[in-house]
Amino acid sequence: MSAFNAIGEEREIDREEFTADNEPQPTWCPGCGDFGVLKALKQALPEVGRTPDEVLTVTGIGCSGKLNSYLETYGFHTIHGRSLPVARAAKLANDGLEVIAAGGDGDGYGIGGNHFMHTARENHDMTYIVFNNEVFGLTKGQTSPTSPKGHKSKTTPHGNAKSPIRPLSLGLTSGATYIARTAAVNPNQAKEIIAEAIEHDGFAHIDFLTQCPTWNKDARQYVPYVDVQESEDYDFDITDREQAQDMMFEAENALHEGTVLTGRFFVDERPSYQDQKKDLGEMPREPLAERYFDEDAKWERSYDLLDRHT
Amino acid sequence: MSDNELIWRIAGGSGDGIDSTSQTFAKVLMRSGLDVFTHRHYPSRIRGGHTYVEIRAAGHEVQSRGDGYNFLLALGDSFARNPQEDAYYGNEEIKPLSENLDELREGGIIVYDTGLISEEDVEDLNLEERAEENDWHLFPMDLRSLAREHGREVMRNTAGVGVTAALLGMDLDPFVEAMEDSKMTGDVLQANLDIFQEANDIVHEEFEFTHDLRIPEGEHEEEQALLSGSNAIAYGSIDAGCRFIAGYPMTPWTDVFTIMSQHLPEMGGISEQVEDEIAAAALAVGASHAGAKAMSGSSGGGFALMSEPLGLAEMTETPIVLVESMRAGPSTGMPTKPEQADLEFVLYTSQGDSSRVVFAPGNVEEAYEQTRLAFHIAYEYQIPTIIIYDQKLSGENTNVPVSFFDREPEPDLGSTLTEEELKEAAHDASGKFERFQHEPDTDVDNGVSPRSLPGQSGGRYLATGNEHTPTGHISEDPDNRVFQLERRLQKLDSIRAELDEEHESNQTFFGDESADYGIITWGSSQGAVKEAVERLNDAGSPVKGLGVSDMMPFPEDEITAFIESVDEVMVVEMNATAQFRGHIQKELGRYGEKLTSLLKYNGNPFEPAEIVESCELRIEDSDEEPTAQVHIEPAAGD
Ligand SMILES: Cc1ncc(C[n+]2csc(CCOP(=O)(O)OP(=O)(O)O)c2C)c(N)n1
Ligand code: SF4
Ligand SMILES: [Mg+2]
Repeated sequence: MSAFNAIGEEREIDREEFTADNEPQPTWCPGCGDFGVLKALKQALPEVGRTPDEVLTVTGIGCSGKLNSYLETYGFHTIHGRSLPVARAAKLANDGLEVIAAGGDGDGYGIGGNHFMHTARENHDMTYIVFNNEVFGLTKGQTSPTSPKGHKSKTTPHGNAKSPIRPLSLGLTSGATYIARTAAVNPNQAKEIIAEAIEHDGFAHIDFLTQCPTWNKDARQYVPYVDVQESEDYDFDITDREQAQDMMFEAENALHEGTVLTGRFFVDERPSYQDQKKDLGEMPREPLAERYFDEDAKWERSYDLLDRHT
Repeated sequence: MSDNELIWRIAGGSGDGIDSTSQTFAKVLMRSGLDVFTHRHYPSRIRGGHTYVEIRAAGHEVQSRGDGYNFLLALGDSFARNPQEDAYYGNEEIKPLSENLDELREGGIIVYDTGLISEEDVEDLNLEERAEENDWHLFPMDLRSLAREHGREVMRNTAGVGVTAALLGMDLDPFVEAMEDSKMTGDVLQANLDIFQEANDIVHEEFEFTHDLRIPEGEHEEEQALLSGSNAIAYGSIDAGCRFIAGYPMTPWTDVFTIMSQHLPEMGGISEQVEDEIAAAALAVGASHAGAKAMSGSSGGGFALMSEPLGLAEMTETPIVLVESMRAGPSTGMPTKPEQADLEFVLYTSQGDSSRVVFAPGNVEEAYEQTRLAFHIAYEYQIPTIIIYDQKLSGENTNVPVSFFDREPEPDLGSTLTEEELKEAAHDASGKFERFQHEPDTDVDNGVSPRSLPGQSGGRYLATGNEHTPTGHISEDPDNRVFQLERRLQKLDSIRAELDEEHESNQTFFGDESADYGIITWGSSQGAVKEAVERLNDAGSPVKGLGVSDMMPFPEDEITAFIESVDEVMVVEMNATAQFRGHIQKELGRYGEKLTSLLKYNGNPFEPAEIVESCELRIEDSDEEPTAQVHIEPAAGD
């Protein structure tokens, strides 16, 4: 018998279950791209059969970090840059949970960049959505790791001397096994990509372009966008690392030239970290969290380890 | 100072294998009925550098290093870099001999390996002359050749132990047994056995026994186990049901991390070595949030990186246990040297009013006991609990009765609800569970609002590092703020009450109850202080002592009563700024004029005699400075 009966529950799921009946209403600015992520998630989750009580959304700090304030799931709004280590540990402790981590471009590619690199490398079975608005939204528009070269803000009054990070390429070299880019202005594709990412066994990284009309005025609404799978101009094999790399490189360049290339960029079937750890005998097959509720569980004692000390 | 004791020092270079050799020897001593205590002195490098392990063994209780020592086995440093006197690190080859002479007691024994330590170097030391002055007994022997003859050069350790056994008149069978029990097998084992025997024979054939020192006698009433403070912390965690650890290597914390990593997978647990300490602490938070008993830890620098996740655990009321293994700071400091200078840091690091529990165990048994307690408190009260200890306690091995560990595990998740219980619990209009109630509807009013776990039906809520409402929503409402903050802090009072009323005190009292002079210490300095207090009383100076472990919540009543019962108190600690004395004054709001400090911060732990000397100076009201490298910081207005 499980102590976590929300997990794996089979039933009709109403989209409305993911929206709270009462406050709080989202406090994002009108026209903010973050609404698009929230909406796409609310659509994708019932579609893949997940209920609010079996999902854990773990967010960082930023406008984006408020995501789970407005989404009815178990939520953990952590600290700036640290959503991934919290999220992956929760998944290790109870891998029945559907774990979704999310945060801003500053949160994930800047202050939390080390965790991004390593969580991708280890291929933890979870979804990671980066709200990429190319600025620090919550702290009032400073230059972020994805801001284009030359970008002016209060912290770079003469324009940004740094070239932006390449988020898709970074995900690929680090070891993510599902990599996609979508945009708030493209709700259908966003929903589909989120659904695929959730179903993917391994680390699924979504670079989600979320316009920030408040601080990124000259910038863009990320339209028109091109879906690289649908467009006839692009033809590459998403399971081929080299082709994927080239396509990512092009998409990252194109964004700063005004062409928004979205879609799936890479998929790999490498086993997830959890599966590898289980195969090595480094992680129990039954979720660890279940054991604490199992009255018949036998707990090992240090007393039985004393041989080596006597 | 007891005559009936052996303090054996094996000195060589890092990498010469003296750790495992001394471990085996300590076990033999323990099995022969003696109490043992080991102390490790080593530099922060992998090969070479002067290092030693000291084993104190006696027929009575030993809880500390002794003063000096009486048997030196100087192996020579096979990884020595500089054979020249004028080199930056001096002549390293001779160091295992030369560096250890000052502390050798009168009548002591010196065995040195002439295979590595040259005649000329020994002559330069004036060893013969000094031996005469101090009644030292010299036994030069070519241990290296003996080892090479039967096996490999590193086996000169075994040869040295063979010489030791012969000179001390020890029974050889227990050594043979211990070697057979060890990891050695086949040719390696045989070679060691041969070397051991031959070394023994040579001593009897070639040397005259001019010395008086012999192996002390002792007997244990029950079987003993030899463990370090790090073993004890790991075992306390295992018995508390901890099955998740995340960490990043850093001396000396690495010991706990590796012991746990060795055992957890076999116990259905999980160990994660991660990218940095921020991640390590965040993983502990995430695992606990999802329903595992989880821990992490580090030493100073790594613990500094944990500050923000630690605050997150406080704010989200996520139970975690962290261990902080102090070494001399600031910054990288002296990585392999003990110090007690992270107290203020551990008590207050992270923003906001701190709400955490901090225990500082005083010895190996307390390390086990208080780690178990740390998990109990953390999970019952949903609060981070920290074990603060140091390089000294981490590596010191001492014997503990095996029966001490024979008790039930405690894997309970504390104030966590089941799905059944969740059905009865308070929910808001949209069905969200009220995880952070202002006034929890529980039987006890202790500030704890029971939690649910993700994946449970009906337990949905938001955890956030922002101030939050009962269901976890971000809120800056003043009334809600006051409710939540006060409730989180109320837990500390409840914990203090539980510790006072339901548990044996974590504070250790010793010495003469009617004395007018008191010594207070904390953490791992307790053993040396305890021995110093015993000696002072034996010498006719009535003194009482108190070893404190509860750093937070502070044991106000016990410490007030102690200070009130004496005229003056000396606070003994291994740091330069009298941190614990400051803590006492802050917590009690007085006693500035009554608390003198005895401080040591040269990288070596206190020896009992240093405390005795300083204490006598204070009792006699003398203006003299102590001869040891310690500092007396007078009380305010003194
Ligand atoms: C350790 C730390 N440093 C700085 C901050 C302040 N801060 C909050 S959000 C943020 C940046 C937000 O940018 P991003 O991650 O891109 O999220 P967005 O608001 O754009 O969604 C910063 C610097 C913080 N909360 N914590
Ligand atoms: S500041 Fe920008 S990112 Fe933040 S809510 Fe407003 S529009 Fe959205
Ligand atoms: Mg941003």
